[in-house]
Amino acid sequence: MYDFSPLIDSLSAWLNQTFSPFWAGFISMVLLGVALLAFYAVLGLYLVYAERKICARMQNRLGPNRVGPGGLFQTIADLIKLLMKELIYIRNADNLLFNIAPFIVIVASIMAIGSIPFAKGLQAIDLNIGVLYILAISSMGVIGVLIAGWASNSKYSVIGAMRSGAQVISYELSVGLALLCIIAYAGSMQLSEIIASQQDGWWIFKGHIPAWIAFVIYLIAGTAETNRGPFDLAEAESELTAGFHTEYSGIKFAFFFLAEYMNMFIIAAIATTLFLGGWLPFHIWHFDAFNRIMDYIPPVIWFFAKTAFVIYLMMWFKWTFPRLRIDQLLALEWKYLLPINLMNLIVIAFLILMQWHF
Amino acid sequence: MTGPKIIFFILAASIVVFSILSITSRKILRAAIYLLFVLVAMAGLYYMMNFPFLAAVQLILYAGGIVVLIIFSILLTSQINSRLDPPKRGHLLSGLITAVGGIALSAVTILGFAFKPSTEPAIGTDMRTIGLQLMGTGANGYALPFEVISILLLAALVGSIFIALKNRS
Repeated sequence: MYDFSPLIDSLSAWLNQTFSPFWAGFISMVLLGVALLAFYAVLGLYLVYAERKICARMQNRLGPNRVGPGGLFQTIADLIKLLMKELIYIRNADNLLFNIAPFIVIVASIMAIGSIPFAKGLQAIDLNIGVLYILAISSMGVIGVLIAGWASNSKYSVIGAMRSGAQVISYELSVGLALLCIIAYAGSMQLSEIIASQQDGWWIFKGHIPAWIAFVIYLIAGTAETNRGPFDLAEAESELTAGFHTEYSGIKFAFFFLAEYMNMFIIAAIATTLFLGGWLPFHIWHFDAFNRIMDYIPPVIWFFAKTAFVIYLMMWFKWTFPRLRIDQLLALEWKYLLPINLMNLIVIAFLILMQWHF
Repeated sequence: MTGPKIIFFILAASIVVFSILSITSRKILRAAIYLLFVLVAMAGLYYMMNFPFLAAVQLILYAGGIVVLIIFSILLTSQINSRLDPPKRGHLLSGLITAVGGIALSAVTILGFAFKPSTEPAIGTDMRTIGLQLMGTGANGYALPFEVISILLLAALVGSIFIALKNRS
């Protein structure tokens, strides 16, 4: 039920029958690219809307509520405004690097989205090293941030970029190690296989307490990796005006902005896939009637509901915690998260060795 | 011309062009970014050879690790308006001779080698195989090099901590 692979297979079979292999491949690439881009843009806009609404709720106000019902079209209006804004040309900036920086950031996040399984068969590329691929691709984003800061030729931007670089490089370790815990449980890096291994229970339930620890560390480190509050030192408004994207305007600024939200979505989607069972429905052991009802809810809805839950968690602590200082930030990673993570991994290896996990 | 061939030529051309740009650019950060493009294009080549693991490692280590480190040190040490001095004539000449010699040597070796298509079944490159070989002590095992490299890394870590130590009393 709700398997997308027959649909995709019949589409690709039709393409291969009608066109030569070259054009079939070309057309499927274009279709996939357009679909991912459209998804990216729409989701990005509504994540911004969700952030503004949740922030407003936390601060006891209404948030956007004039454009469309409940302010639903506010972010679209904002996008139109951003598209029409002037792209400011900076005389003493390194213009080549200044202009490619937003594209590096956004390409990194689009490529990561390509390998996320939204439902059975609804995954653009299912590599056998899926998790490593996502880590590798998302580590490219920081290069865009660094060169954006340097090429702007502004003190605020350089300081923002340095902070962001130090932060992302250190927290990448924790993200990788926390994901390694689940890879060790699942015995595979392929995202579809990791989901298949959760058929009888999500890893956060099957993996005992170490899986919970890994989940919490992943959430902290993932939030830090996307440069979001309380780790948003790279763009701390009160000290650096806007950090690495101070000098950007119009659509180039929007690229950074969009990429930040999509990186948050990617972090949440990976948390969903590895810890919360991906698109699998919620099942309770030996409770067949309940499980049958849960099976009727389509996997796409399950995936987005779980991802939305993780995104809500991340927004919640963005708006409730104060911003950390840079030394606190690095001490948190190197003195607490990393040792806990390594110990956690050893415990998990021991659990797997003794076959104590379910 | 088939699709993969076109992609191969795009990747190959970008490797050549960006390599040349990266050594001729006088702005140091631009040179680092061109190097990044070369490394990413090489990851693309590995991916085309059906070896996504190596492609991902190339991206995560070279592009995500080493280039980030290079950019980071450039950020700390240089200014946007600073340009590298043009190379001296002697250096330029000796560099050119070395480059041409290197190209000639590799070209002769590659053209002289008969590339026979292998009839052996493809070895799976999944994580399990790689992990077992990396830690294996038997035939094709890499346990000893792995441990030697980790001791080297440990020594480097201790050394860098010692250098960064503020008061060596």
